[in-house]
Amino acid sequence: MAKAIIGTEHLNKTYGKKDSLFIALKDINLDIKQGESIAIIGKSGSGKSTLMHLLALLDSPTSGEITVNGESSSRLSRRQKDKLRNKQFGFVFQQFFLNANNSVLDNVILPLKIAGKSRRERNRLGMKALEDVELADKANNKANDLSGGQKQRVVIARALINDPNIIFADEPTGNLDSVTGQKIEEMLFSLNKTKNITLIIVTHDADLAARCDRQIRIKDGQIEQETK
Amino acid sequence: MKFLDILGSASSNMLRSKVRTILTITAIFIGAFTITLTVGISSGVSSYIDKQLGNIGAENVLLIRPKVDLDTGSGPKKYDPEHTVNSAAQARSGNVTLTSKDIEKIKTQDGIKDVQPIIAAVPDYIQNGSGDKYQISTQSFIDGSRFDLASGKLPDNSAIQPEVLLPVSFVSPLGFSSNESAVGQTVTFAIKTSLGKQEMVSAKISGVQQQSLLSDAGGASANKKLISELTAIQTRGLPADTANKYPAASAQLASGISDSQLQMIKDGLKSKGYQALTVADQIGIIKQVIDAITYVLIFFGAIALLAASFGIINTLYMSVQERTKEIGLMKAMGMSRSKVFLLFSVEAILLGFWGSGIGALAAIGAGQLVNKIASAGFLKDLPGFSLTEFPILSIASIMLLIMTIAFLAGTLPARRAAKQDPIDALRYE
Ligand SMILES: Nc1ncnc2c1ncn2[C@@H]1O[C@H](COP(=O)(O)OP(=O)(O)OP(=O)(O)O)[C@@H](O)[C@H]1O
Ligand SMILES: [Mg+2]
Repeated sequence: MAKAIIGTEHLNKTYGKKDSLFIALKDINLDIKQGESIAIIGKSGSGKSTLMHLLALLDSPTSGEITVNGESSSRLSRRQKDKLRNKQFGFVFQQFFLNANNSVLDNVILPLKIAGKSRRERNRLGMKALEDVELADKANNKANDLSGGQKQRVVIARALINDPNIIFADEPTGNLDSVTGQKIEEMLFSLNKTKNITLIIVTHDADLAARCDRQIRIKDGQIEQETK
Repeated sequence: MKFLDILGSASSNMLRSKVRTILTITAIFIGAFTITLTVGISSGVSSYIDKQLGNIGAENVLLIRPKVDLDTGSGPKKYDPEHTVNSAAQARSGNVTLTSKDIEKIKTQDGIKDVQPIIAAVPDYIQNGSGDKYQISTQSFIDGSRFDLASGKLPDNSAIQPEVLLPVSFVSPLGFSSNESAVGQTVTFAIKTSLGKQEMVSAKISGVQQQSLLSDAGGASANKKLISELTAIQTRGLPADTANKYPAASAQLASGISDSQLQMIKDGLKSKGYQALTVADQIGIIKQVIDAITYVLIFFGAIALLAASFGIINTLYMSVQERTKEIGLMKAMGMSRSKVFLLFSVEAILLGFWGSGIGALAAIGAGQLVNKIASAGFLKDLPGFSLTEFPILSIASIMLLIMTIAFLAGTLPARRAAKQDPIDALRYE
């Protein structure tokens, strides 16, 4: 059996204090293995994005533990967390988060630029990632000039470029029509198959959720149901 | 992220909102321009003054004049046959002079090695061969004083031939093709006796002298032989006590005099009724005026820079605000706080760099233009004087200072960016 790449123990997240105290996540226990695909589903406001941000080490829990590669995140320094996100995580967001005025290629290579890779290496890997998402011909276009589906493929190319272990995707198809959404979906699952990349997908899309190995349904900050 | 990449990103961020950037740079430009030009002028003038001081032999020579007491409030002064200065009347006529007695009295002052009267003679004209005639005044050349020589040598006081050091402005009017060709030539002075009879004296040109701040315009320095011949003619027929009068005396100080000793000598001479000035004192007044102007202009430049700092802060705050998402994304992708801080700091420093760089270049350009106009105009008689001077070190330190100010102004927004939570950015719509 593959070992757990990421897990949580009694994870709690609250916002505010006293009267305005809001429990966003309550006692979350999870174990996600390398190469698994996980769908986090649930109503709006249930805490899906909050959970994903915690798993991606973008946020710190109020209490409880997150372990990445068997190591407790509370013992990682900020710099180590930065490095982990830079080297091992890929992100796909509903609102794309592309720098509108930069070229497609510049957007794709951003994680490598942050990592301090040389320009030649960056451009080589960037073009390769763009070929993978069939957008090599748009490399020098402004990111703003692409269609929604093309933008999301650029985002996927960016998430892929550092050869990550885990891709976090928050509503990756939320802004796309069903045909385009389908295409993005295919892309993510083929990465999961061919490169054994772990997928953690927050989604409202029942089809997409159904294709995942596991579905974790969140309700009012708690895991209501886990299905396989 | 590599530093070069940070530099590149900061540059392209800076260019993203061009109008805002240009306005901010303009504010910095104004401050940098003012300060650079001011420093340029003040360093041009001081280096000229320093050169002059060096040339004239600096602290070792005192110029001594009778003290002019313009105080009329204390009523009429008692007549003193020893002291020939009738201050009120003589000050009015501008005819305050020293006599041989004064020279002896000055010699008694401690610390003074030698005193020589400065003898002046006013020839009617100077002429080269049968060329045009020009008005000129002459003064005795004092050994030990140095001049900014354009060509040739200083007059020799022990020479048996009359010699003269000619101001450079006389060279071409007298028909010489160059400074070098004037040296060694003979010119003729015409001078009247007290009875009005004109006589001629010939002198060899020993050298050509640059005009300086301190030299009388149109004044030539004569060696002992020449000045005594001229004064002999000029005072012929006058009673002896009228003849031996000098506008000033030049005192040679003992070497190795400290500042406090110098002050004591000056005070001693003052109590004897003389005013003693070093070359530095004579120039000091000019320098004080220049310094005052410099301070005022630098103050204005500093105010402009202060305003520019707020411009930088504002520009970068807006930039941080606009790029909330981008910063959040970069942080999510593992960019460290210190790199985000650096990114915005470098942008601030770049604003400072361009503002100060363009400002300094414009100031140098303006300075060159001012030099050109000034040396063709009111500085024509002061060759070797460039009004503005821009030592690379001063320019570099001004730029460095402004970039430091820009960096400091940028730390506020840069800190805000560095501390930004990526989640806030990712949730930000
Ligand atoms: N910084 C915050 N301060 C206070 N409450 C917050 C904060 N961030 C999130 N919340 C609350 O936590 C709850 C969970 O939010 P979250 O974004 O995780 O929901 P979600 O399941 O992703 O919803 P959606 O499907 O609409 O994206 C919400 O009720 C939200 O209002
Ligand atoms: Mg959400």
